[in-house]
Amino acid sequence: MNLAPLQLCLLFSSALFCIGLIGALSRSNTILVLLGIELMLNAANLNFIAFWRYGANSEPATGVMFVIFAIAVAAAEAAVGLALVITIYRHQKNIRLQDATRLKG
Amino acid sequence: MTAVLILIAVATLCTAAVAMALRNLIHSALLLIASWTGIAAFYLWAGAEFVAFAQVLIYVGAISMVVLFAVLLTRQSRADVAIAPGSLGRVVLALIAGGAVLGVLVGAVLSTKFANSSATTPTVTVKQIGQSLGGAHAAALLVIGVLLTVALLGAVVLATTDRAEKEDA
Repeated sequence: MNLAPLQLCLLFSSALFCIGLIGALSRSNTILVLLGIELMLNAANLNFIAFWRYGANSEPATGVMFVIFAIAVAAAEAAVGLALVITIYRHQKNIRLQDATRLKG
Repeated sequence: MTAVLILIAVATLCTAAVAMALRNLIHSALLLIASWTGIAAFYLWAGAEFVAFAQVLIYVGAISMVVLFAVLLTRQSRADVAIAPGSLGRVVLALIAGGAVLGVLVGAVLSTKFANSSATTPTVTVKQIGQSLGGAHAAALLVIGVLLTVALLGAVVLATTDRAEKEDA
């Protein structure tokens, strides 16, 4: 089987996405769940670059701009998420996801 | 060319998978930093140098520090960086769900006929990126600035201790 480089890139990003998904679903530590989500975001960025490199594009900088903005949003998300982790820790003295049931009705 | 890609992909995937499987949070965080470095190497391989350096600056430089600080601030005792094992059922269910998603994605990628890729590598200079940020994407740049400011303020407000409340209690 002879795979085009674009397909290899897409397979790479799919595998990375699934590792992030499995991590986010299976771990009970809030920080690791957040890191799994970060991995999924990174996998999406890999796709942008792969299509920018190999796809038919009209404008040369489109994919690069998209990834730069996505990285900026991911940075903001990580900062707020980790602040939330610290707040949860202050309230319940651990960061297990199952124990964070304070808002449950 | 393809061999380098496969090498980068294997290194990145292995570090990410081991990071998600380890019990020690510090080791997980350090391995994830290695994984992000691998992703930066992929960007370099694909010819997007600016994105690679942004990835190194933001992920390997900034987010890694925030993660390590969060790990150190939330551990319960000096020796406590290992986490209690999760329930086996959750892990099995997560593996099934992740495997199913992987199967669907791989099937879709392998069965799609992509248009023949352009032989020439698209080149983007930093000058072009700057002109694009100042011209066509200027509004998005402003919105990102507002978003980052709001996120910064929100993170500070969330993480500050309320002194008056503590004294009351």
